[in-house]
Parts: sequence; structure tokens; C-alpha cells
Amino acid sequence: MTYETVIGVEVHAQLQTKSKMFCGCGTTFGSSANSQTCPVCLGLPGSLPVINRMAVEMAVRAGLALNCTITANNQFARKNYFYPDLPKGYQISQYESPICQHGWIEIVGAEGARRIRIRRAHLEEDAGKNVHETGGAGSRVDLNRAGTPLLEIVTEPDMRSADEVVTYLRGLRDILMYLEVCDGNMEEGSFRCEPNLSLRPIGQKEFGTKVELKNINSFKNVKAAIDYEIKRQAKVLKEGGKIHQETRLWNVERGETAVMRSKEEAHDYRYFPDPDLVPLKLNEEWINEFRISLPELPAMRTQRFVSDYGLPEYDATVLTASKGMADYFESCVQQFNHPKTISNWVMGELTRELNNSETEIAASPVSPERLISLLQIVEKGTISLKVARDLFPELYSTGKTPEQIVQEKGLTQVSDEGALGKVIDEVLAKSPVQVAQFKDGKQQVLGFLVGQVMKASGGKANPGKVNELLKKKLSA
Amino acid sequence: MSLHKLTLIELHRKFKAGEVTAAEIVRAYSLRISQIEPKVRAFVTHTQESTSVQAESLDRNLKSWRKTMPLSGMPLAIKDNICTDGVLTTCSSRMLQNFVPPYDATVIAKLRTQDYILLGKTNLDEFAMGSSTENSAFGPSRNPWNLQCVPGGSSGGSAAAVAAEECAAALGSDTGGSIRQPAAFCGVVGLKPTYGLVSRYGLVAFASSLDQIGPITRTVSDAAFLLGAIAGHDPLDSTSIDRPVPDYMKSLQKRDLKTLRVGVPVEFFTEGLDPEVEQAVRAAIGELRRLGADVKEVRLPRTDAAVAVYYVIATAEASSNLARFDGVKFGFRAKETKDLLELYMKTRQEGFGPEVKRRIMLGTYVLSAGYYDAYYGKAQAVRTLVCQDFEAAFKEVDLIVTPTTPTPAFKLGEKSEDPLQMYLSDVFTISVNLAGLPAISLPCGFSKAGMPIGLQLIGRAFEEEIVLRAAHAYEQSAQWHQKRPTIR
Repeated sequence: MTYETVIGVEVHAQLQTKSKMFCGCGTTFGSSANSQTCPVCLGLPGSLPVINRMAVEMAVRAGLALNCTITANNQFARKNYFYPDLPKGYQISQYESPICQHGWIEIVGAEGARRIRIRRAHLEEDAGKNVHETGGAGSRVDLNRAGTPLLEIVTEPDMRSADEVVTYLRGLRDILMYLEVCDGNMEEGSFRCEPNLSLRPIGQKEFGTKVELKNINSFKNVKAAIDYEIKRQAKVLKEGGKIHQETRLWNVERGETAVMRSKEEAHDYRYFPDPDLVPLKLNEEWINEFRISLPELPAMRTQRFVSDYGLPEYDATVLTASKGMADYFESCVQQFNHPKTISNWVMGELTRELNNSETEIAASPVSPERLISLLQIVEKGTISLKVARDLFPELYSTGKTPEQIVQEKGLTQVSDEGALGKVIDEVLAKSPVQVAQFKDGKQQVLGFLVGQVMKASGGKANPGKVNELLKKKLSA
Repeated sequence: MSLHKLTLIELHRKFKAGEVTAAEIVRAYSLRISQIEPKVRAFVTHTQESTSVQAESLDRNLKSWRKTMPLSGMPLAIKDNICTDGVLTTCSSRMLQNFVPPYDATVIAKLRTQDYILLGKTNLDEFAMGSSTENSAFGPSRNPWNLQCVPGGSSGGSAAAVAAEECAAALGSDTGGSIRQPAAFCGVVGLKPTYGLVSRYGLVAFASSLDQIGPITRTVSDAAFLLGAIAGHDPLDSTSIDRPVPDYMKSLQKRDLKTLRVGVPVEFFTEGLDPEVEQAVRAAIGELRRLGADVKEVRLPRTDAAVAVYYVIATAEASSNLARFDGVKFGFRAKETKDLLELYMKTRQEGFGPEVKRRIMLGTYVLSAGYYDAYYGKAQAVRTLVCQDFEAAFKEVDLIVTPTTPTPAFKLGEKSEDPLQMYLSDVFTISVNLAGLPAISLPCGFSKAGMPIGLQLIGRAFEEEIVLRAAHAYEQSAQWHQKRPTIR
């Protein structure tokens, strides 16, 4: 029997607010333990939450970009459970009235464009972090993250493969980053995804039993975990077994999923409206202001890159796939108006180095300014294009300026006729056969001779000049 | 005349006039407390020592630059579920017996900017759950009128301290009657403000949608005076209402009650009401009529459902509010636990008393999957009906008058083995919290056994001025507040 995979995804996107969801504490990642806390996010007795207006605005903007209906009458609810990283013994979330509902985003996959429906997106606060000491020395709790605003975005079970999930997640992440509501950093946990997955015989309408996957922190692992889980479930079903409703953790080292908790162990969260927060009412006018001021989203930007910069469709799509790359590109173009050249460099050399070092473009050690200064010395003829390409890895890894590297390595392009003439004379003296062939009318030998001169000059000779001088000398 | 005999306003006038210093006030009250406290046991924590230093510096500052404000130098007692920065705040629970908050409740911050004097933190039923202070982990307080009787609860320590003249006034909190019932039992004035008038920030939550901080004082004008100092919008409490605070003292000036329509709900005068209480309350209603009020009967037909609704909603909220007491971050932690689950279980088994556990279990149950609609959902629906009863009644009248409690103060131990009987002692006060209305309790007589009887006046939301005006007019005419207990 063949099976169809049915996948829905929950994403927890950390909103990029300056302060937490219900108090004034900062949200900077990596501060010393418990330094970003106050009575409210520590859950001290008597403290009370106050809704962060900026978080609400960000949720509304995200909802609008995801084609959602914005809920006018919002209620926050308490989700009750015990865990050391949850200071109040409950998480303030939304239950019956999520702030965004019934949206969709379009993804382009192998079968063309289609919509993935967004069931809901709701605001909630994050928990802290338990830190387990090595050697059984006990556990500690860091509550810096407790109270950080999250937008939980839940799809309908509309995806059918790991690739579709990755495409959806990339698209969603791009939109959130474009809106500047989430920094999209998966490793630091600003963008966390939990796919739920079931199999059903092709043609069957009812869904199979679903399994939720957790602990996935990169797109690569999204694909690997889903592919693994599809195989696992198919095997169980083929052998006549049953899929159990459960939560499974992805183990990167072992490349497999393992049971975290079964349905029987699932909590009864005892949701009820949080009496500390009065209903949050959003009026239509206010929502419309955000609708009007939504920034350019990826699809619109692609079109603009084609029309404004004359880029090929392919280049425009690749460059606008992430806001970071599109911003980088535009920042370059502003300083050096050669869009296609910049596109080649960004998509080529820069992307390669970023991928090799697993770095986000926003954190690129080669800034737009530095890339442009490299392209400018190529344009001036100080170095050749080839030399520029060759030195790029060093530019990327050392943080030196292009000029510094060129100078240190003596890479300056040689255009001086005297100096070049000397090298050419030496090459000609060593290549009597080729010289004779050229003089017999075999023009293609010129390429060989140019190559020899370039080699002898250590790649520094100006190829145009070499060509010109060679012709002159050979016809003399 | 001894300073401790003065009302808050009398003391304030003397202080402002420079006839008495803060240091003298602290000395007088310290002496009084040292004489009376072993009998009454109103306090969990005494702070006179640290405050005497503070009082001396206040006296110096007032001489040079500091302005005298209404509460400057005024010796107050604070219920021990209101957070005081650097001062133990126990909620009379083993769970918090070592908890020193690093911050002030908003009401305390307001009093502090006025240079009030904190005499101590007063006893309560653990986490404000109870009606007698017998649920305190540190032992019950006593009723100054009869040390064999309970002072009521949960703000029993505050009411007892005011009645025993161990402080000029006190703050309590009221979730289902916890200010008014002990005020009635101790023969003092207790005001529960409209929900949202006084900030809850820093009040250790029992039932968030019902809790409200209010004054417990010897006179109605003292209550108006203290309410003015603690009321007002607080950006730290989302449920506090942003509206200007009226001058409550001014509202007391009009002495007659002409044009005031007063309703007497028939449902409050049925079986279970002690005949002596009924007699005193009916006499008080007669007095209101003599003062010019237009008295008529009103109906509050859902009164009988209020106790049930309350014990679903209040316990549901409490079960969640008290989840933070888990032994991880602050407060009590059980020793020698082998894993996380055992840490949670033992901490909560050992840290909470039986009544708190009972309510957490009740609340957890009514919110559970499969029971939510039948209990919590239904209770919220009936709560709306209770509110509608009041709305309908307040179309016909401006004020509702009832007994505060069905009986005067009972004996220690009399009801502590029977939670249901204990719950019923709040039967007349609970519906006011469900509707979020302001209500005051003030003395309206004494039983033959010499125990005080309380009269409750309920007003429309944010109409504390009418409640205070009527209460003040009655008090000045009846003069029950002049009677003080002899403590023996």
C-alpha cells in the first residue's frame, strides 16, 4: 500500500520587541543568568502582567501579512502546568480567541504555486530555561527568556512532504523577517518549528494518527526529521502496527526520532481566561493603519528587482528569498550602480563563503561597503577579476580590507608596458615554436601565449594590456 | 488622652499642627502593642523598632523641608498578604514564612511617599482563605471584644488591631467579605472598594477577579481619608480603572440623606439570620429613614446561588494563582526530595495548610477537562445573573442595606471543623465581590453577649461617595463607634 503524508506545522516565532510580553525587562539573548528579570517575569507573589503594546502591533502586522483575519476582541488565557522554567505555574497564552485566524501563505513547489492555510496565530509568553549541571551537580533555572513574547503560528494539515514543509517555513520566516517582527534565528530559538505528521493510504479521506516532532533547530533537520518519521511510520503501518499519538524528539546525532511523551501523559492544561488581563479590544481603524503601512513582502520585491535593476527573474528570486540578502544587495547597489555584477558576487562568492561558514548574511564579515571597495578596485584596473575572486576567501576570513590584501600580497595588476614587455620577451624567448606558428597565421596560439604571460606574472598582469603588447611584438 | 485612642483623622490633625511628633506616636503605639498584643495576637510581624528610627528622621525632615501629607507619621498595620519591600510578607502561610519581597505593593508605595509608619504586618487566614484567622499557620488572632471569639477573617488581624487600638488604621483585602466580615465582628469600619479602584499590584493573589484592597478603620471618615490615599489608576495593574479619584472627605459633608433611595433586599432577611442581628439591622434601617432616606424593598433573587458561584470561581482562580508556590524559586522548599515531582508534591504538602489545599483541589477540579463547562462555565454565567440582579435593583435605589454577617462573632473552634458552615458566614458579603461593587460594614449595635453587629451598605460601581456619605450620616447619628472594647 502506498501512503500519503499529511503534515501541519506549529511555529513559535519570538517577536523582536525591546521588552518582554508582560513587563519592562529586556529581551537580549545571551545575558548573564537571571539578569533580565523583575517581580513580574519572576512570577513573584503579587506581581501582575501588563500587555506589551508593541507585541500586539507585531502580531497584527504578521497576521495581516499572512492574510489572516484579525480578532477584534482578544482574551488571554492561562495554560496551567508545573515546570521549573515556568515561574508562575502557568503560561499566559491565548486559547479561544487567537489574535490572528484563517490566513494563508503561498508556496511555490515542484507542482507550482499553492496555498498553505494558517489556522491561527496567537500571542503568548515564553518560558525560561533549565540548565543542568554536568556530573549530577543539580539543575538551575535561568528566567531571562521567561516572558519573552512569542507568536505561535499554526497551519492546517496542508503539507504533503518534507520539502513542502521547508518551503513553507522558509517563506514564513522570510515574511516575518521582512516585517522585522522576528529575527528568524533558528539556533538561538527565535524561530522554532514543530511539525505534526501522519500517514494515510492514498485516497483515504480521514487523517491517520499524528505524531508531533520537537527539538528541530535548522531547515536541514526539518527535512531529515520528517523524512525519517515518514519512513518510520510507513514501516510500522506496513508491518501491520499502529501509530501512537505521541510527541517525539529529533535526535540529531542518531538521526532518528524517539518518544518524549505519549497522549496518556499529555497535560490537562486547564485553560481559563486570565483574570489579571482585561479583554484586549482592537478597533478596525487601528488595524487598517497597519494594513496600509505593511512593508514590501518578498513576492513584490522580486518583481521590483526585475523591473528596477534589470535583473534576470532567477537572480531576483534568489536575492529576495531572504530579506537579509535583498537588503545587502540593495545596500551595495546604492553605492555602486552595477546590479548584475553585484548580483553575481552576492549569489556566487559571498553565498559560497556564508554557506561554508554557516553564517547569516546579516552577520557577514564582508560588509556591503567592503564588497564594493573590492569591485571598485577591479573596475579601476588595480587588480584583475580573477585576482579579486581568488582573494575573496581571504577577504571573508581575515577581516582585512581589499587594499590591505592586495598590498600585502603584491597583487596589484601590472599594466606598465616596460615591466610587461620584459615578461613577454622572456615568454617569447621560451616559446619559439608557438611564435613561428603565430607568424604562419595560427592566430589561436595567441591565447596560449597570453596564458603563459599571465602565469609568469603570477596572475597580476593586465590581460587586456598583455594581449595588446603581444600582438604588437609578434607583428613587429 | 492617650494617642492610641485618637481616630486617624484626629491624630493627623494633631500631627499636622505639630502637637505630636512621629517619634511620640511610635512610642505610644509600641507601648500599647506591648500591653495588648499578647492577648489579641493581631500581628505576624512587628516593625516598630525599625520604624522608630524612621519616625525620628521623619520628624527632622518635616522640620526642615518635608511637607506633611495626609498619612505622614500615621501608624498603620498592613495585612500580611500585601507586599512590603524588605519586610517579611508571609500570607500567614508556612509556604512564605521566610519570604521578603524585593518590592512594594502599589498601595504601600503610595503610603510610603506620604511617610506613613508601618507598625507591622497583620495575621490572616492562610492566603486570605477563611473567615476566622483560624487558618493562619501562625495561630489565630483573638476578638478584642471577647478573646474566646474569632475576630473574623480573612483580614482578622487588621480588624482586631484596629479594634484593640494597636494601630490607627489598617489595610485589609476582601475577596468574598474578608474586610467587611472581620470589621463587623470587631465593631470597626471596613470598606471594600469597587473592583478596579485600588491597585492589586503587590497583593498576593487569591482570586484575581474578586480581590480588592481596602481600609479598616475606627470611623467612616477615617475610611474615606485612607481610601483617598490608596485609590487611583495604576499602570501596573491592567484591571485598575483610569478615572479621577474623587475627594471622599468632601462627600461626607452632606449630613442628611434626603433624596437617597435605600433598598432592603428581602432575600437577606431569611432563615439563618440571627434574631439579634436582624433586630439591630432593622433598627439601623429605621435610623436611615429618620435621616431622610426613602427606604423600600428590593429583590436580589440570585443571592442563594452566590456562595456556590463564589466557591467555583474563587477556587478556580486560586488553584492557578497558587501554582507558583512550587519550592523552586522562593518561599518554602521541602527537604530531601529525590526528584522534581517529589519536590513539588512534598513542598506543597508541607507548605500549605488544609483549607488552602481543599480550595486548590476544588479549583483544579472545576477547571478540568470535561468539568469546565459544568462548573466554571456555569458559574461565570450565573455570576452575570448576580450582576444583573444588582443592576436591576440599582435602577430603583441608590444604596442597598443588609446585615454584614448572619451572626455576631463565633467562638474559636466553633466552625473550624465544618468548612461549609464557615463558608456560610460570608453569605451576605460574597455577591458584592461577584458584582465588583463597593460596600462598607460599620457597627450598628451589640448582641446581648456584648459582641458587635455589622451593617452593610452596598453602592453602585465607583459610587463610594454615596456609600461613605450614608455610612457617615448613620454613624454620626447612632454613635456606636464611640464604644470601645475592654480587653481582658
